Amino acid sequence: MRFYEYESKRILAKAGIPLPKSHFCTTAEQAREAAVAIGGPVVVKSQVLSGGRMKAGGVKFADTPDEAAKHAADILVLPIKDLLPVGVLVEEKQQVVQEYYAAVTYDGRAKRPVIIFSDMGGIDIEEVAEQHPEHLSRTHFSALRPFSDYIAKTAVSNVGITGNDLTALTRIVSGLTRLFLDRDMTLAEINPIGKLADGRIIALDCHADMEQEAQRQHLDLLKDLGLVGDEKRQARPPTDFEMEAERIDGADPRGVAGNLTEFDGDLGLIIGAGGGSLTLFDAVRAAGGKPANYCEIGGNPSVSKAANLTKLIVSRPNVKKIAVMMNVVSNTRVDIVARGVVKGCIEAGFNPAEKIALFRIPGSWEGEGFAILEKYGVPYVDRTVSMDEAARIAVENMKKA
Amino acid sequence: MSILVDENTTFIIQGITGREAVTMARECLDYGAKLLGGVTPGRKGRQVHGLPVEDTVRAFTEAQRVDAAVVSVPPVGAADAVFEAIDAGIKLIVVVTERIPRKQVAQFVEYAQLQGVRIIGPNCLGMISPGKTRVGGIGGSAEATRRAFKPGKVGVMSRSGGMTVEIANSLSEAGLGVSTAVSIGGDAIIGSTYAELMPLFDADPQTEAIAIYSEPGGRAEYELADYMKRAGSKKPIVAFMAGRFMDEMPGMRFGHAGTIVEGRADTATSKIANLAAAGITVADRIGDIPRLIEEGLRGK
Repeated sequence: MRFYEYESKRILAKAGIPLPKSHFCTTAEQAREAAVAIGGPVVVKSQVLSGGRMKAGGVKFADTPDEAAKHAADILVLPIKDLLPVGVLVEEKQQVVQEYYAAVTYDGRAKRPVIIFSDMGGIDIEEVAEQHPEHLSRTHFSALRPFSDYIAKTAVSNVGITGNDLTALTRIVSGLTRLFLDRDMTLAEINPIGKLADGRIIALDCHADMEQEAQRQHLDLLKDLGLVGDEKRQARPPTDFEMEAERIDGADPRGVAGNLTEFDGDLGLIIGAGGGSLTLFDAVRAAGGKPANYCEIGGNPSVSKAANLTKLIVSRPNVKKIAVMMNVVSNTRVDIVARGVVKGCIEAGFNPAEKIALFRIPGSWEGEGFAILEKYGVPYVDRTVSMDEAARIAVENMKKA
Repeated sequence: MSILVDENTTFIIQGITGREAVTMARECLDYGAKLLGGVTPGRKGRQVHGLPVEDTVRAFTEAQRVDAAVVSVPPVGAADAVFEAIDAGIKLIVVVTERIPRKQVAQFVEYAQLQGVRIIGPNCLGMISPGKTRVGGIGGSAEATRRAFKPGKVGVMSRSGGMTVEIANSLSEAGLGVSTAVSIGGDAIIGSTYAELMPLFDADPQTEAIAIYSEPGGRAEYELADYMKRAGSKKPIVAFMAGRFMDEMPGMRFGHAGTIVEGRADTATSKIANLAAAGITVADRIGDIPRLIEEGLRGK
């Protein structure tokens, strides 16, 4: 789960990393009070999960509390990449003389955690890596041995930093790395770290991502942040449609019928499983189809779970038809899914023969499944029809709607 | 020949009394695999399909040769199970468990490297050398497995367990068949990557061509491209990249834990270009794989 900047900063503060004074505010009036409390020029920053907020006008500087309140009022209603902020962060403005970049993540290729450090902070780090590789260090370290500060020192020293800056930066990078390891983060990033006119070095902006699977081990931290755990927060918060699918999936432990992502097309998709969904989603688009959602089924969902998910999807006003498709599966029972999607259509008040554009699930209990589909007049194909071809037929049948 | 596993491979299942593991054990036995038994702490003396259950991995390794272990225990105990298997001297460990936190995966993968142990997975279905054996849940029931996996000449590696079966099925239907298929796992860190398995397929006389299923996220495809540039392969390779739609949706995770676009290099577009530049044929459509493999074999 991805944390907002203000949450990430609270996590960093607990790890002893120096930060500017800041206040999280949800109203213009709170922003004014925050600016008074800070007592000097401030920066007002939109709290959204999407990037690019500076460009979109989501970061503004204010010299007075009135100005801070005005900026906050503007930013609170300014969508960034279609997302409204959950609030603004009002932060002490800093005189920065030099910017650095530090991140800790896992490198799947080296199969190790890695510290990435640069003395060219504040800009796109991929650009630095491509154009100024000498300004960027990558320091892999053991996940087995206890972390040692010298590894952070090596990362900083490798871009040519020495003196007091080396000591101060080592402390920050080491704190960031320990936090990354202790809190099961998949990414902990400070960009930029700022060296101030008075020589102090502090974290100006940061980003933290906690592993979805490890949330339950960190309920203490999440509770401190006012979160309950099991949050599903990626590049954007989930929509109501997605939350409802999540609820259906979570209510019944049998099989998977969820992981839904909303799109704005007209063909509802119930596809599976992990890789099959990716392949089928691409195939539908390549055939000219416009998916209304991405969604996964897999394992052995119950009839009611498949029915509830179907009902949810076919009830969307923009959904004209649905396609139910999977790769060749080992354990999913075709008859159960067939019964579920037929039931879901009927319960939502639709004729399955008209609402289901195509059914393609090659799996166990196939004969029984196909018999159900035939009884209700639902178009289906078997494993001799490729996934691409199935997607094409589904899109073709859409046009008959 | 085949790679990693054959008709002589003996193995155990850790977590054998779990619901899914019981099914997996049945399917492996029905397929003719040399499954010796399994481990569930506190259940020593029980039986699963007539096979012994022990409290420890050592109870097996001290009594007989054990070539491999399948770890099918819940995420909270999975890393511990892998460490136990490594310390008991097992050299091939298939980690089926999904949702193991990355830090723990990095830890047991690092330990396995130090001890000279090969890990397949996590978050995988295992592997199969058709007609010889299967280690893991790959293919489902023995009957479904025989139908989808005909013995043959194509090696398969896939980040998706389900798509391993889909691709094998299409290769079987086309009369090409499969030498060994490995579901390598969908996590961000896995024990054996494409590039690490390539030398085994290259050295295997039964394998004449290789089919690969891939996804956005991670750097495994770059590692494969680098391997091709460095070591080359005389065998035609056809790769398929799913999740092209994800290029427009950075930061969103789809399908598998490791499947997310966080930077330009993670996108399907970059990976396709990189694989193609390394001489690997990239199929536009999943259904094109058998035809492209046939073309590659004719052209060699």
